[in-house]
Amino acid sequence: MSLFNKLKESLSKTRQNLSQRVGALLTGSSQLDASFFEELEEILLTADVGARTSMELVERLQQEVKTRRITEPAAVAGLLQEEVSRLLGEEGRLCWSPTPPTVILVVGVNGVGKTTTIGKLAYRLHREGKKVILAAGDTFRAAAGEQLAVWAERAGAGLIRHQAGADPGAVVYDALQAARNRRTDVVLVDTAGRLQTKVNLMEELKKVRRVIEREVPGAPHEVLLVLDATSGQNALSQAKLFHEAVGVTGIALTKLDGTAKGGVVLAIGNEMGLPVKLVGLGEGVDDLKEFQPRDFAAALFSDLSSI
Amino acid sequence: MAVFASLAEKLQDTFKKLRGKGKLNEADVNQAMREIRLALLEADVNFKVVKDFISRVKERAVGQEVMASLTPGQQVVKIVHEELTALMGGSESKLNWSSQPPTIIMLVGLQGSGKTTTAAKLARRVLQQGRRPLLVAADVYRPAAIKQLQILGEGLKVPVFSMGTTARPLDIARAALEHAARHGNNTIIVDTAGRLHIDEEMMAELAGLKEVLKPHEILLVVDAMTGQDAVQVAGSFHQQLGLTGVILTKLDGDTRGGAALSVRAVTGCPIKYIGVGEKTDALETFHPDRLASRILGMGDVLSLIEKAQENLDVEQAKELQKKIRQQEFTLEDFLVQMKQMKKMGPLEELINLMPGAGKMKQLKNLKIDPKEMLHVEAIIQSMTPEERRNPSILNGSRKRRIAAGSGTRVQEVNRLLRQFEDAKKIMQLFSEGGGKKKKIRGRNLFPF
Repeated sequence: MSLFNKLKESLSKTRQNLSQRVGALLTGSSQLDASFFEELEEILLTADVGARTSMELVERLQQEVKTRRITEPAAVAGLLQEEVSRLLGEEGRLCWSPTPPTVILVVGVNGVGKTTTIGKLAYRLHREGKKVILAAGDTFRAAAGEQLAVWAERAGAGLIRHQAGADPGAVVYDALQAARNRRTDVVLVDTAGRLQTKVNLMEELKKVRRVIEREVPGAPHEVLLVLDATSGQNALSQAKLFHEAVGVTGIALTKLDGTAKGGVVLAIGNEMGLPVKLVGLGEGVDDLKEFQPRDFAAALFSDLSSI
Repeated sequence: MAVFASLAEKLQDTFKKLRGKGKLNEADVNQAMREIRLALLEADVNFKVVKDFISRVKERAVGQEVMASLTPGQQVVKIVHEELTALMGGSESKLNWSSQPPTIIMLVGLQGSGKTTTAAKLARRVLQQGRRPLLVAADVYRPAAIKQLQILGEGLKVPVFSMGTTARPLDIARAALEHAARHGNNTIIVDTAGRLHIDEEMMAELAGLKEVLKPHEILLVVDAMTGQDAVQVAGSFHQQLGLTGVILTKLDGDTRGGAALSVRAVTGCPIKYIGVGEKTDALETFHPDRLASRILGMGDVLSLIEKAQENLDVEQAKELQKKIRQQEFTLEDFLVQMKQMKKMGPLEELINLMPGAGKMKQLKNLKIDPKEMLHVEAIIQSMTPEERRNPSILNGSRKRRIAAGSGTRVQEVNRLLRQFEDAKKIMQLFSEGGGKKKKIRGRNLFPF
């Protein structure tokens, strides 16, 4: 199944809600009046795009409609897709170090799916013939290490793990040493989930980053923030504070297979310019895909193009 | 707890404008409603819920009620507060205990909402009430979910029933009931696997579990950071299982927690508990009225008083007061006072409970590093009793010794001393009963 189809299938629930409403709006409205744009804003709001970005998006649309002298509601569909693609930016590709190992640090709040994402990523990299080590940096949550161990086995990856309660910096240090000795291509660093407002936990995360910087020059090559597609505007705060602490390079958007719209990535793209690099589309081991903004936008609004 | 902090600020700004007015016309009310709408939307309250809420408030606000009152602005605040409280469920709600043991509680929810952690927190609470809980590990899908519950149970000394990952959840449930009957467990808490509300197969499994367990409580565990989708999720779980209540988790961050309003509105189920931390004791009873007060920036004084009563030693407090009056407040007392505050929980949480704190600029971005408090403690403890009673004898060499002893630097010792002097002056002012208000140089009253 092509990525587009997979996305389309996963987003079908999303589409049903969003696109059907947009579709109904576009075909149902006979003219582009104030109430048309008001309703469009409502639709974006329900998709978790957020008040500010929704308003900006609608304003830009209104302007485009004026300058291009568009009178038909149906013609707005294309415009909308254009704007959404613009906000989501470039296609997300992971950065690779020219000299191995490539180090990817994975961060996020509790329960967004960091460990699962790492497991899926490791599985994919392993299938691409890369040698992977997982660093079990979540030494806090009960059984987090065990969870990662199960994934390491599934994905055919190595695992560096300490006892519960150990210093995550030390785990990472050992993992990087092991990577050097075993000629590993990629080190995926799992970290404990933490709310972005907990100062001491964010300091701990900074330390993990410092250890990586010191041990592998130029690393970490990616700092992935894992976001739950179900989350609302707090994801913006997550993106800001994690970025401040450890310099996020990209977003992995998980749980897109539910009815949640993940529209908050539009707000993040708009306000911070952080790209989405990976999307999680299910619980299966190969349900992690590279993010394609055009496809994402197209899948979101695919019903519109037929109007 | 920074819940709703920003929403409170926004509404306060709006109401400040309204409060100054003697009379409200419809345009005034509309302006306020627009801002409330935006604030609620930014707080992730579901779009439809916001719409209903606004129309209800507006109806009351422009109606008789307001026009007849002397201070219409205050009246609108009161209406918003009442409606918010009503929306969140009126009064607090307790667990339903079965008249015939065992009481069976089933936890359900999406992946990553915090079911397993919440199960342990509930078990702890139940244990403290003198009951005999049994935790049941029915999540056979997520790697190490059972192990997680076992570790948590071990820490609490609560038995955990599990049959590994090869057994079917239904069989686990049946066996767990027997196990509980044999071992005299009068409360059974079942941790189920996280699942999407649209996954028919998995939802059918839950329905099956419900049939076997006949639970007295089916609690939906919801992440407070959930966005607009909260309505779909809660609605669909409720429709398929008939929920009896909700537990809202991860409320200790900076989320505005609008999901609380949405979930309550769509299911009609009460929010029974809120999760405010990762440790097993971080579960609190949900007080709708207090939360509504906090939203409106009226401060949650009740929670503050309760916390103080729980943790403060009255005798010690009296002693302290006497000392302040007699100007005998020493670094030792300072340390005692600090330790008492520490017992009440993180300072950010306390500040958020104080009325008007949301509006104080210097408090807004206050982040207190618990480590800094440790430093202060270390510095004071590195002093001799004589030095603590009479800091004026501290010369350069003594300060160097203290810095070395506490693993800090002389600058930090100096800073602490300055702050201590400032704090002393302030307390003097307070105890003089608001005499002349002198300007005090130091800005930081507390050393952290």
